[in-house]
Amino acid sequence: MRTLKFLLQKEFRQILRNKTIRMMIFFMPVAQLLIIPLAADYEIKNINLVVIDHDHSPYTQKLLEDITASGYFKLTGYCSSFREALEQVKKDEADVLLEIPEGFEKNLIRDNSNKLFIAVNAINGVKAGLGSAYISSIIRKFNEKILTELIQPDRFNREQVIEITASNWFNPEMSYHVFMVPGILAILVTMVGGFLSALNIVKEKEAGTMEQINVTPIKKHHFIIGKLIPFWVLGNLIFTIGLVIARLVYGIVPAGSLLVLFTCTSVYLLALLGFGLLISTFCETQQQAMLIMFFFMMIFILMGGLYTPIDSMPEWAKVISWLNPASYLIEVVRMVVLKGSDFRDVVPHLIKLSFFTIALNSWAILNYRKTN
Amino acid sequence: MEPVILHSITKTYGKEKKLAVDKVSFAVKQGELFGLIGPDGAGKTSIFRILTTLMLADSGSATVEGFDVVKDFKEIRNCIGYMPGRFSLYQDLTVEENLKFFATVFGSSIRENYSLIHDIYVQIEPFKSRRAGKLSGGMKQKLALCCALIHKPSVLFLDEPTTGVDPVSRKEFWQMLKQLKQQNITIIVSTPYMDEATLCDRIALIQNGSILSVDTPEAIVSSYPDLLYAVKAENYYRLITELGRYPGASAAYAFGEHVHLALKRDKGHLQEAKKEKILSYLAGAGIKDATLKETKPTIEDCFIRLLSRNEYERETRQ
Repeated sequence: MRTLKFLLQKEFRQILRNKTIRMMIFFMPVAQLLIIPLAADYEIKNINLVVIDHDHSPYTQKLLEDITASGYFKLTGYCSSFREALEQVKKDEADVLLEIPEGFEKNLIRDNSNKLFIAVNAINGVKAGLGSAYISSIIRKFNEKILTELIQPDRFNREQVIEITASNWFNPEMSYHVFMVPGILAILVTMVGGFLSALNIVKEKEAGTMEQINVTPIKKHHFIIGKLIPFWVLGNLIFTIGLVIARLVYGIVPAGSLLVLFTCTSVYLLALLGFGLLISTFCETQQQAMLIMFFFMMIFILMGGLYTPIDSMPEWAKVISWLNPASYLIEVVRMVVLKGSDFRDVVPHLIKLSFFTIALNSWAILNYRKTN
Repeated sequence: MEPVILHSITKTYGKEKKLAVDKVSFAVKQGELFGLIGPDGAGKTSIFRILTTLMLADSGSATVEGFDVVKDFKEIRNCIGYMPGRFSLYQDLTVEENLKFFATVFGSSIRENYSLIHDIYVQIEPFKSRRAGKLSGGMKQKLALCCALIHKPSVLFLDEPTTGVDPVSRKEFWQMLKQLKQQNITIIVSTPYMDEATLCDRIALIQNGSILSVDTPEAIVSSYPDLLYAVKAENYYRLITELGRYPGASAAYAFGEHVHLALKRDKGHLQEAKKEKILSYLAGAGIKDATLKETKPTIEDCFIRLLSRNEYERETRQ
């Protein structure tokens, strides 16, 4: 125990003396939580709309007013011909083209129907999909509005309309931040725990201090525990800072208990630190460790369900995300923060994370023995 | 019982089984300053790593303080001090923190064994709150020695402690080792510098993983069988080739600004007559400005002789 105490003292001293680490502990959660949820938003705004108006009637004016009033579209141009408008698409100045035929208003009133033409620049798939969906729904609403204006209301509705009202549970306003912030919290913990643990042990190898330690009576498990505890504490600290920021900046208060959150994060951190330790046993230099860790980080983040739901991945990709410990934490944090899940709900996750903890750490320790 | 005993230790590296240490056996006496002398790549560090339990030998056995390096590695780690060739203390901890850390991991404290390191530590004490990484080379060396000594080891392993250190610090360092010897600590030190060999009690000359000779420096020097001359001339290259062809020469090699010529001893001639003979031989070969004087063999001369003999034996064996 005495040895462990001195090892911990030494580790904390080294970590806190490292200016870069000290800065990153506070800077990383603040920057990531302030920037990413606000910037990387799936709500598409500022879609550039070019209108080819052959009608120039009050109705087209009304329609365009409705479209621009929605806030999603920016009217960037009026063209007289489709070809002219297509040039703008080619120059990447327009995302959506709306062609209004000649006699739009006249035909609409007389024949009760008319056609509009929408062309979408599909280079950015998300923007194209959402853009055409937005404009379609605006036109549909416009259509309903003029229907009520033109047709005298009967006692019964002439057309049977099914009206759908949706209610968003757990995230009533469908706010992107509420969905994203918990995920980023999980990623923060992953980054700190993974990189710091892998690099730290390799640093000792690189500096030769590992050899100096090996000729002392320090026991292997003391040394490893002495390495894991500081980063475990650091990971939890960053998670706490992240929760505070989420509350202060986004007003996100975990619906579930903090105890469940911290229990899961703690178990997850143990698994992740074991992973870092494992990588360090394979590496001789910090550069190697960095590269390998980066490779896994990309997979952890992009295949962990942070941006794209795991359920919509192909089957083989789902298998990969089962092996991705980060996916469980991202899910758990969202469950607890948004839904207020309790211990019973996260038991399967906890079991899987514990399995990762045991497997990764045992592998790391076995490998560590072999190489020394 | 001798504190360090090696018996037929062999170590190979890599898939191609490159021989690094070849059936090395020697023993170090209690309280001795023992030198492992040999060029880079001779196998010195490998022997150190085997003795400090950092590496396993392929075959052979070794004991330190009576403990087997394989079975009793835990006991060995408690009673040895090791200073690797490369500075390997925590660069981001201060001088004092490093010293304290290494004292505590051995279950000791700075105060307990302060008398042992006092003479060395006073030299770096003014910098005790400076980070180890910011020290000069000589200071680092002293700190590393303090850290290796702080738990009062009975055997101290110093792997090339003076490589890359300036001549003054080198001299100081050996002075410190002399003082440590008074404390009855057995010291094994490796060095590529031949001039440091004479400062040891006993030395082992090592080349290509095998021991050429183990003895006191004086005994090694006095066992040098040949007559040795230092020859100097303007045309250095011609001089060395001509001397190599001199009848009765066992070796001719560059040695600083001179060429050393080793002649087999025979009873017939007088020294002066011999000198005359060499000079006239050289004059006959067109080297007229040669000067020549008899010289005493150094460890380096012995090493070169042992080396060429070793190579000769190896060739004849094949």
